[in-house]
Order: sequence, then C-alpha cells, then structure tokens
Amino acid sequence: MPRGGRLAPAGTGPTTRKSVWLTIIMALLAGYALLPLFWLVVNSTKTQRDLFSTFGLWFSGDFALWDNIVQTLTYDDGVFLRWFGNTLLYVVVGAGGATFLATLGGYALAKFDFPGKRAVFAVVLGAVAVPGAALAVPTFLMFSQMGLTNTPWSIILPSLISPFGLFLVWAFAVDAVPTEILEAARIDGAGEFRTFFTISARLLAPGFVTVLLFTIVATWNNYFLPLIMLSESTWYPLTVGLNAWNAQAATAGGEAIYNLVITGSLLTIVPIIVAFLFLQRYWQSGLAAGSVKQ
Amino acid sequence: MTTTSIVTARRGPFMRRGGARWTGWLFLAPFMIVFLLVLVAPVVYSIYLSLFREQLIGGTSFVGLENYALALGDPKFWDSLGRVVIFLLVQVPIMLVIALAASLAIDSARLHLSSFFRIAIFLPYAVPAVVATLMWGFMYGTRFGLFGNITDAFGLDLPAPLSSNWVLASIGNIVTWEFVGYNMLIFYAALRVIPTDLYEAASLDGAGAFRTVWSIKIPAIRGAIVIAAIFSVIGSFQLFNEPNILKTLAPNAISTYFTPNMYAYNLSFSGQQFNYSAAIAIIMGLITVVIAYVVQLSGSRKVGRA
Repeated sequence: MPRGGRLAPAGTGPTTRKSVWLTIIMALLAGYALLPLFWLVVNSTKTQRDLFSTFGLWFSGDFALWDNIVQTLTYDDGVFLRWFGNTLLYVVVGAGGATFLATLGGYALAKFDFPGKRAVFAVVLGAVAVPGAALAVPTFLMFSQMGLTNTPWSIILPSLISPFGLFLVWAFAVDAVPTEILEAARIDGAGEFRTFFTISARLLAPGFVTVLLFTIVATWNNYFLPLIMLSESTWYPLTVGLNAWNAQAATAGGEAIYNLVITGSLLTIVPIIVAFLFLQRYWQSGLAAGSVKQ
Repeated sequence: MTTTSIVTARRGPFMRRGGARWTGWLFLAPFMIVFLLVLVAPVVYSIYLSLFREQLIGGTSFVGLENYALALGDPKFWDSLGRVVIFLLVQVPIMLVIALAASLAIDSARLHLSSFFRIAIFLPYAVPAVVATLMWGFMYGTRFGLFGNITDAFGLDLPAPLSSNWVLASIGNIVTWEFVGYNMLIFYAALRVIPTDLYEAASLDGAGAFRTVWSIKIPAIRGAIVIAAIFSVIGSFQLFNEPNILKTLAPNAISTYFTPNMYAYNLSFSGQQFNYSAAIAIIMGLITVVIAYVVQLSGSRKVGRA
C-alpha cells in the first residue's frame, strides 16, 4: 500500500492491518452472491397471490412456507419426490462411478508407464475442448439407435466420464503415493490391485473426495443432457422437472404454479449447499492440490 | 496444470520388467472404454452425419462438405456466433477481473471475515444453472415486480432486463454470478502456493502491496489465469442453459438461434435437420479448439517473456 510505505507482503503474518474499505467492497460482492438466494428464501414463504402483489425482497402476506413445501411434494401425485429420487440415482451411480473411474485412471497415469500413454493424454485433452453441442445431438442419435434414450442409462453413461477428475487425481497421485511404497509392495509379492485397494486408495482419499464433490455438483446440476435424452417426465431429474413446471406456468391455459417452481428450487439447492458447507475442507484442499501443479 | 504435470509424470513412474508394461492399462481401461463410447464415438458419428443430407425424395445421400458450406453462408449461424463472441469479449474479462480482485483481497489478509466471504461468493457455483436462471429471471421480470419495485423506489427509468436489447447483458450477469466465485477460488488456491521468500525479497527491495501484486502475484498465477480463461471461453461458446431456460420468460427476446448451441439443438429437435445440425456442432468444436489453443499460446508466450 502507498500509505506510509509500510511493507505489507500478503498473507505473511498477523502484523497485517485489516482494511475496512476492502471489507466493505467485498461485502458488496458477497451481497451480490447471496441476493438471489435470499430472494428465493423470502419468496418460498409466499402464496401464489402474494408473489405478484408484495415487495419481492422482504417477507409479507401469509407465511406459506409449509403449505408450499407440502404442495410441492404432493403436486401431481408427488412427482417432485420421484424427480428427487431420480436425481439421487444419477448422483450416486453417475458421480460415484465417474470418481471411481477417474481415480483408477489417474492413478495409472501417475504411477505406471505403459504403451500409448502420450496418446491417451492427447485424446482426453482434445475431447475436453469439444463443446457439448457437438456431442449432444450425435450422442442422442447413437443412444436412440441403441434403445437407451428415455432410460436412466442415457443420463448415467455420459456422466461417468470426468476428464477434469482424471487430471486432478493424476496431479494428486504423483506426490501422494510414493513410488517406493509400491516397489516395496511388489517385492513382497503383492498384486497390483491388492496394492491399490489396501495402500494407494487410502493415500488417494483426499483427491477422491474432491473429485467426488465436483462430480456430484455436475450431476446434480445436469440439465442439457437429460433435456435431450428424456421425452417423458418419469426419469426427469429435478432440474428438468423444475423447468417443465415453469414452462407449464408460462403456457396459456397451463396451471400457474410459480410458488411450486420457487419452493421446488429451494428444495433442490438445499441439499447441495449443505453438502458444500460441511465438506468445504475437502474441496478447498483439493483445489489447492490441483493448483500446485500449475 | 498440464505441461508441468506431464514433466512430473514422466519423471515419477518407473518401467517394470517384461509383461508388466501393460499393467497401467488395467487401471485405465474402464475409464477409456466409457470414454470411447460417450465422447469419441459421438464425435466420429457427428463428423459422419455432417457429410450426408436427408431429402424427402431420394433418401440420404453423401454431400461431402456441402453442409459446412451451407452453414458458412447461413446468416442465422453468423448471428448466433456473433452474439457469443460479443458475450465472451465482454463477460469473460469482467468476470475474471472481479474474481482476480476478490482473490487478491482475500489473500491480502487485510479483510475482516475473509473465510465468510470466500464461502459466500463461491456458494452460487453449487446452484444449478436451472435454478440460477429461474431466480434471476423472476427477479428481472415485470410480473413479480422486483425490478419494477426497485426502479420505482429510486425513481429510475431503467430498461427492462428481459427486453431484446438487454437480454444478453442479463444473461451475462447470471453467468458471472454463477462462476465468479469458482474462478476466485481457483486464483486463490494458486496464490496460496506462491513461495513467501518471493514476498520477502520484494519487501527488501521496498516494493509496496500494489507493486507486489503486479510484479509477483499476477505473474506467479498466470497459469491459473490462462486455464480459467480457456474454460470461460469454452463455456461462452457453449452457452445454452441460461438462454434456453430464460426463453420461457422472454419468448420474444430470445430466438431459436440465439447461440450456436441453441441453433444446433433447435435444428435437431424441432427441425429434424440432424445432418446440418451436426455440421454446425463440428464447426463450433473446431472454432473452440482453435480459440482455446490461441489463448493458451498467448498465455505461455507471456510466461516465456517474463
């Protein structure tokens, strides 16, 4: 800072003086980040009528949160719960599977030398750059010929690949699993898979959890793929279902259920935000692990 | 991330004797099999599709690069491409500058409540694009009155966010809201690992905080900045979710060819023009690869100069 020419090397100790102005500017940014979430909470307490007639950023009218939640969960024979279950299925199988495959693959890239390794890097990196649009339509046509559209597989299979996860585990495994340990295990005659599951897997756990968090967010928030793959609402995840409710409300003659769209949105984000807050230690250290390699 | 890591990876592993050379493949095979099925096969199929045309009379016939020629002369395609280019030239720099400034502020240790800010600003990343767009869309809208309430309260005469002139800026705001915290954390994580002896050297030379930021911190995290820029550019070219969801609330302001991705989607799923749609998707893929490569190249050239 120009002020007094004091040496203020960043983050290097308790001597650094706090700045009120900097804090205020950051508070504005945090306010911007939290404003829509606050709006969502406020408006999920309102009835359909109050949504249109009262000021959007404060509580007023009847407190209808519980009614809204009950209505959201029971509307159309409880289809919301069905979508919630679908989303859980996609997250558990898709994100779990993606993390498992990325961990095995990243470990292989970090700890083994094998023919074609460079080609693998080139192909996986190249594929990351191909936009979703280039893939979505042909994937849909391929899957429909294989009879997979309108089934959970059409969502789960593409979710199983996380190139970002592969690279993150690889960057993490290079240092996290010492080569000497693997050599010692080999000398003791342990098989490679046994070594992986008894020794390496434990050392890779922080990287695994980080990838898991990011793939959970990706699958929980997945919209484009299910929108294309599913034409019936039976297998919808929450995201596509909510959009369908919103579209219904906007259609002439459709039942206006904006209060359900809003309360449903709140119920959709609560689990993932709670998961993020509880597991922040992991994603923060995981991001750091990824960036050490830059 | 990648270049240095490749070097590390080459140093790290070891050759095993005889048949064990292939052991690595046993671990990699599950990933690669699914990868080939859901990523490589669709790309190949897409290229194949783009070379054919389906006609009412005569069925499907091979047309070579005609679909590509058609796309390059299609004003709707250029219109959609121009829109995402404007979007990325304006939105990406704004978002990355805010993210960088915020990460530097948190890293400076001069903030009260800095861990609260870190989490609060990152939180929108966990919100699905659908929910983010619905929330902002409702807030923008005239029906729910929030935007109207605010303009009335301050006596302002602001343009409607969902009018056709402003809808692109409104989408830019939604995307910035979703990703500014994510990029901030990427930068922050990179800032944390700068060796502190660099700061000590700088302070011995009498460098102030701004000088330290400009001459040490930003050059040190250039790799992270380049990667964030590449991901943001790719994201801009793929823009789909936000305009597609917002279309319900602003049907007149958002056309079926608002972005290239929406155009390809609508050609396929409303128009059944799968071959033409595949050609447009491939063109977009090529443009994205080229631009991402250029961004990476210009980023690493600066590293070389520094």
